[in-house]
Amino acid sequence: MPKVSMSVNGKQVSGNVEARTLLVDFLRNELRMTGTHVGCDTSQCGACVVHVNGKAIKSCTTLAVACDGANVTTIEGLANGQDLHPMQAAFRQHHGLQCGFCTPGMIMAAVDMVNRLGFDLSEETIRHELEGNICRCTGYHNIVKAIKAGAAAMGGLKVAAE
Amino acid sequence: MAGTGIGARVERKEDFRFITGKGNYTDDINRPGQAYAYFLRSPHAHAKIRKIDTKKASKMPGVVGILTGEDIEKDKIGGLICGWMIHSKDGSPMKAGAHPALAVGKVRYVGDHVAVVIAETLAEARDAAEAIVVDYEKLAPVIDLAGATKKGVPTIHDASPDNQVYDWHLGDKAATDAAFRKAKHVTKIDLVNNRLVPNAMEPRAAIGDYDTGEGAFTLYTTSQNPHVARLVLSAFIGIAPEHKLRVIAPDVGGGFGSKIFIYAEETVCIWAAKKVGRPVKWVAERTESFLSDAHGRDHLTHAEMAIDENGKITGVRVSTRANLGAYLSTFASSVPTYLYAPLLSGQYNVPAIYCEVEAVYTNTAPVDAYRGAGRPEATFVIERLVEVAARELGMDPAAFRKKNFIKSFPHQTPVIMCYDTGDYNASLAKAMENHDVKGFAKRRRDSAKAGKLRGLGYSAYIEACGIAPSAAVGSLGAGVGLWESAEVRVNPIGTVEVLTGSHSHGQGHETTFAQLVAGRLGIPIENVSIVHGDTDKVQMGMGTYGSRSGAVGMSAIVKALDKVEAKAKKVASFVLEASEADIDFKDGKFTVRGTDKSIDFPSVALQAYIAHKFTGQQLEPGLKEGAFYDPTNFTFPSGVHIAEVEIDPETGITTVAKWTAVDDFGVIINPMIVEGQVHGGIAQGIGQALLEGTVYDASGQLVTASYMDYTMPRADDLPSFHVDHTMTACPSNPLGIKGCGEAGAIAAPAALMNAITDALGHENIAMPATPQAVWKAARASFAKAAE
Ligand code: FES
Ligand code: FES
Repeated sequence: MPKVSMSVNGKQVSGNVEARTLLVDFLRNELRMTGTHVGCDTSQCGACVVHVNGKAIKSCTTLAVACDGANVTTIEGLANGQDLHPMQAAFRQHHGLQCGFCTPGMIMAAVDMVNRLGFDLSEETIRHELEGNICRCTGYHNIVKAIKAGAAAMGGLKVAAE
Repeated sequence: MAGTGIGARVERKEDFRFITGKGNYTDDINRPGQAYAYFLRSPHAHAKIRKIDTKKASKMPGVVGILTGEDIEKDKIGGLICGWMIHSKDGSPMKAGAHPALAVGKVRYVGDHVAVVIAETLAEARDAAEAIVVDYEKLAPVIDLAGATKKGVPTIHDASPDNQVYDWHLGDKAATDAAFRKAKHVTKIDLVNNRLVPNAMEPRAAIGDYDTGEGAFTLYTTSQNPHVARLVLSAFIGIAPEHKLRVIAPDVGGGFGSKIFIYAEETVCIWAAKKVGRPVKWVAERTESFLSDAHGRDHLTHAEMAIDENGKITGVRVSTRANLGAYLSTFASSVPTYLYAPLLSGQYNVPAIYCEVEAVYTNTAPVDAYRGAGRPEATFVIERLVEVAARELGMDPAAFRKKNFIKSFPHQTPVIMCYDTGDYNASLAKAMENHDVKGFAKRRRDSAKAGKLRGLGYSAYIEACGIAPSAAVGSLGAGVGLWESAEVRVNPIGTVEVLTGSHSHGQGHETTFAQLVAGRLGIPIENVSIVHGDTDKVQMGMGTYGSRSGAVGMSAIVKALDKVEAKAKKVASFVLEASEADIDFKDGKFTVRGTDKSIDFPSVALQAYIAHKFTGQQLEPGLKEGAFYDPTNFTFPSGVHIAEVEIDPETGITTVAKWTAVDDFGVIINPMIVEGQVHGGIAQGIGQALLEGTVYDASGQLVTASYMDYTMPRADDLPSFHVDHTMTACPSNPLGIKGCGEAGAIAAPAALMNAITDALGHENIAMPATPQAVWKAARASFAKAAE
């Protein structure tokens, strides 16, 4: 079995995996980091989004061996202890989650959105950019609000609370 | 509103773990030594099983065991049950075919459970499943709902040679027929209520674990009602007596009804755990969820409305054919009957109603409750009828509704329900104002200038929630009571744990329930924790569905809090050396009336446990009280949703341009959470009306078995919603709560289809109104206009 090594949330990890092992299974089953979820089998739902070398990817469609040597950030790596990342804080403040299952992927996708597109995101942009993430609970209304506010907070801006 | 009490927008206590990836869902749990289950499922919709050959497969690497229906039968494990008895018109009981957890002799839908392979890894289990050879004798499948009971159609269950489950009715036929004979105008419509797949984002999962030392089972499962699961697995399926069977439903990633039911997979996992001597874990792949989660809706309906010369509705007559799929799921029989027909009066004063429902088997996945369960179907019928009737009469649809609204309460409908309170004019007026209905004509002209069709549609829905008074549902055939339990445990330092039978899988109970308790006891909300989802912690409960957690679950907590307060007053009276009758409790403080003597709640808690100030003869030590609450009536949330759409006739794409909701949920504990429930419900309703269609081909293959084929609403399919409230408090429960979880899904499809048909200028389109369907319908509109 091939050996993979990578940095996950700043910690060096390694393991022997079958070549067919997906990154999400490596994270969940080998490292027992269960914050990253699996919601589908066709790369459609985005529950599994993590960052690899600073970019959002779907860990359900990425082989673990392909991430050898990479820097991986998962939802567990976003907060600093009790100090939430601004995007996490925004999801809580704007009730951007209900059951919480899609949430890790949503937050990771949202942070990536800000990294690519900046701190001032329009509702239209956010809705369009969320095409790879499904939420069954929220109707997206509050997710959109949360991402807009979280983006602004990441940029140190303030958006008036509704 | 400041503070954390009732009515405050408190941020959710449960969120920290979810947003930091520390949630604990079933698939996040791993038991030492666990093996993995993979279900071999039927590739055929309808076939006899001649032989299952597992010889080769059982020698494959990693295989721990392969079990089939024969094995489960041998162990005398019972089949899955349907817990609601429905009687046909002629008084005969519904025809329930056997529902083995693993198929015995026959498979009845694609995805039916043929065998389970348990192996060291999931990959090995899957590989071995491929090596199982099943000799099937294919039978002709019954897929078409309309034709399912036609003469000569193959029989799915011997218990029902013609595939009919029941032929049921409600209401006064003679009175209704008479109303139609006298009617000035009769509106007739035919409706399809499309089959939906609930699609909670967390796929179903189960881990069965058996402790040989204790002879006890533990089942971890994605359930909305772990106690009901334990009851059924114990009393009916016969896994183990209840005290030897613990069911844990940890964090659950959405349910929407689909996780109420007791399924084959968890039954097999818990049984197999003992059989193979290992914890057995199963997690559904999304395709398995599509194939084997209970689906929702799937009705064909003909409906008629009789109207007199004054524009008053005098009768409603409905005939529905409901698809229950291949087996009767846990509550399947109740959905198209008692959760449906009693809502056919809508918000209107209808003197005569008659509804008949024929429920049938088909070779498709079982159909059961999905968000709203019966009530969305009823709302769709009545709100489409009203809208079409208004159009036919040349009346404004809002004015026609107003004219027929029920205006005085209580109001006894001809179909069981006694509406206790409401103000339908108020929600309509507020919705029309919030929506700027006045500005619609101009918006429509602007759209027309851009070559677009614009339409506006109403849905004035009512639902029966707070499910339900036990004796009432018992008399209608329910196999269980639908009360709820609560236990309030006050710790010696005044922190509180509340044990509830209401499971939370997105609804935010850990926050709203804590708001109630903190407010009532005058303690910080951080000092309250809510415990649910574990049958070893919470003694008994009925779970979460039917918008019942607030109205029923919180009422039970109120009852327990009443007892805690009464006991605490006694303790305070000893400590303060005053008569119990002179003690007041307010803002967390016990005071002796007319004096400045007082003691706060945590100190009383401590005194209750120290027990130095009273003797055992005078008072029991401790501060812990439990209660069961059985509702005295259903609750009747209602409201008006207004949908506005813009259709591009060139592409057939329907844009939801504007959505306004005004709901009357009675008293609201946390408006932020309630609004979230409404948003989510509307999204599912829009999904039903615009996007989601479950398609079986003629051979019974599920064509829409993945997110590539089944269109889930995504962020850019939906607008932001304008959500507002009116309030008439529910008189039948102590908090005045009516419930909010299902409203959006109930209201939305009718509003949207009313808007789309308004835009098109004709009624000839069914859900889901996909771009292709809308494009075709728009062609027809233009052809009609050119005539
Ligand atoms: S699990 Fe990766 S996209 Fe669904
Ligand atoms: S919060 Fe439940 S799926 Fe998004």
